[in-house]
Amino acid sequence: MASRPRTLYEKIWDAHVVERREDGTCLIFIDRHLVHEVTSPQAFEALRMSGRKVRRPELTLAVPDHNLPTTARIDANGQRIPIADRASAEQLSALERNTADFGVHYFGATALEQGIVHVVGPEQGFSLPGTTIVCGDSHTAAHGGVGALAFGIGTSEVEHVLATQTLLLKQSKAMEIVVEGQLGPGVTAKDLILHIIGVIGTAGGTGYVIEYRGEVFEDMSVESRLTVCNMSIEGGARAGLVAPDDKTFAYLQDRRFSPKGDDWDRAVAYWRTLKTDPGARFDKSVRIDASKIEPSVTWGTSPEDVVPIGGVVPAPESFADPSKQQAARASLEYMGLTPGQRMDEVEVQNVFIGSCTNSRIEDLRAAAEVLKGRRKADTVKWAIVVPGSGLVKRQAEQEGLDRIFTEAGLEWREPGCSACLGMNPDKVPANERCASTSNRNFVGRQGPGARTHLVSPAMAAAAALTGRLTDVRRLAD
Amino acid sequence: MEPVREIEGRACPFGRKNVDTDLIIPAKWLKTISREGLGRGAFEALRGQPDNVFEREEFLGAPIIIAGDNFGCGSSREHAAWALLDMGVKAVIAPSFSDIFSGNAFKNGILTVELPQEAVDRLLEVAETDPVTIDLERQIVTTPFQDRFTFEIDPFRKHCLLEGLDEVGLTLARDAAISDYEQRQDSEMPWLGRGTSLAA
Repeated sequence: MASRPRTLYEKIWDAHVVERREDGTCLIFIDRHLVHEVTSPQAFEALRMSGRKVRRPELTLAVPDHNLPTTARIDANGQRIPIADRASAEQLSALERNTADFGVHYFGATALEQGIVHVVGPEQGFSLPGTTIVCGDSHTAAHGGVGALAFGIGTSEVEHVLATQTLLLKQSKAMEIVVEGQLGPGVTAKDLILHIIGVIGTAGGTGYVIEYRGEVFEDMSVESRLTVCNMSIEGGARAGLVAPDDKTFAYLQDRRFSPKGDDWDRAVAYWRTLKTDPGARFDKSVRIDASKIEPSVTWGTSPEDVVPIGGVVPAPESFADPSKQQAARASLEYMGLTPGQRMDEVEVQNVFIGSCTNSRIEDLRAAAEVLKGRRKADTVKWAIVVPGSGLVKRQAEQEGLDRIFTEAGLEWREPGCSACLGMNPDKVPANERCASTSNRNFVGRQGPGARTHLVSPAMAAAAALTGRLTDVRRLAD
Repeated sequence: MEPVREIEGRACPFGRKNVDTDLIIPAKWLKTISREGLGRGAFEALRGQPDNVFEREEFLGAPIIIAGDNFGCGSSREHAAWALLDMGVKAVIAPSFSDIFSGNAFKNGILTVELPQEAVDRLLEVAETDPVTIDLERQIVTTPFQDRFTFEIDPFRKHCLLEGLDEVGLTLARDAAISDYEQRQDSEMPWLGRGTSLAA
């Protein structure tokens, strides 16, 4: 069929249209659905109340992550340690009960495969190129790193997917972010995505699906692509994706739920067609020179509040938009910072390495490389490393990374969302700062009054060593 | 769901830009397995501050909130919509909304009205002293002072809101089309539909 050139996003969209309505709304088939304990109970409850079933249980995968404490889960006698917080425990047992009742595959709290849902999906070969993937969590965008159209949904949509395996959607506009050149030493995928959000703003991608294109993304590991796509939502875009390539296929081969044998060959043949055609039109295009990007940090309470580590806290008057000036003033007051203050003089008392953005093996290796043979500053009171899954944890322990962390004075935890979102015991105390590898620096995100500075894993490790935000490139021997 | 036609009453002149769903309902309130009672946690961080608009007597139970750009950004938590609903909010007026939030709001019968910043500024002014009316059928927002702002809304969403339709029920009626799609996918990409039954 001689069709007009299409973007990767359009190709995936077109392949999933069940029905198109007159007004352009489409019924879209959902290939993969991930479920966790926080946004699913009301959806299962609604199914129960209306006597509805899960249409395709094998296309949904459930795992607890948000609520689960990251301290030991099994005691010395091999018994499960109960969760102290009653509401959390109730939500976790609801997930266990719901998945059993509706026949959904479930990795329990003490399974080796348990982890943050966005780490588990790709790691288990459940998230595949060219698929539509949803989850009741906005960081579902992460799965775009394997070339999927992946986006977060609300609980009513979770119910809709469980009951019908489809969603009613309007096609988004297509946006490309092209990054040419190479990232400098010490500059990572996290620094790049923070920089991008700083450029486009938190609403820059609203109404768009972003395709990340250019040399930098082609050179990147799959883990790094997952990090970039993960934070698409911080730029306002529900989804972001990178075209799948041989790296993607090598990453997915032989994983638990990946296609096997002849199926694998057929799948790869199809996946190779998943790239934007030459001449395809994007509704918006942003170009960025990779060589200009430095390790990035946030100073405010919005992910667009980004400066290079060598920079200073901006003055609210430096923003043209009056509402942004007002927001900046409120941010600076909350953050306890003054305009003109150097970012690399900001002291931190807490360090968090983890979250669906930065808890994969590559992230832990990057942090360990900085920490190896060194010791955290005494002024850093709390520093934790939380692997993204049980499999990441095992791999890190096989490589001896856990010992590097503990010898540096950091705690080595069980997998989960941890201090990313202040709904489990891992929280940052009020008025204290945290160098955090997570994705949101919102007011109260890491706990009431907590002050978050978003950074890469290597930069978080550097901050742990010096007790202040630090240019990791200056720590190099 | 209750049909939505006209929403009339006091409108809370919030005005803030980039209101994220963590601000609407903090994470500690998400540990619930029910949709009820979340209004108590709505805007908790702001309500603790002196002179905040939500605690002003005239805006308690106000059916409308007027906010700045990019309302509902951040986390996909539908608890944000449930919390607003529990506060008595039936509509939010803002220059723009996050995609996920506006979908969640719609699915709970909350109307999101997009108006240009100038119109929002005018409504923020009026709302201090007087009520605001939203007529969904005619797609206009009016005030007692002859202000009249028309807004756009997706026709399907409008229809569902006016009739109080349940989207899951509507889609389940399309079962034959979904089955056709599944059969086509199974013959073209048999590996795709196996999902978790495909364990190594």
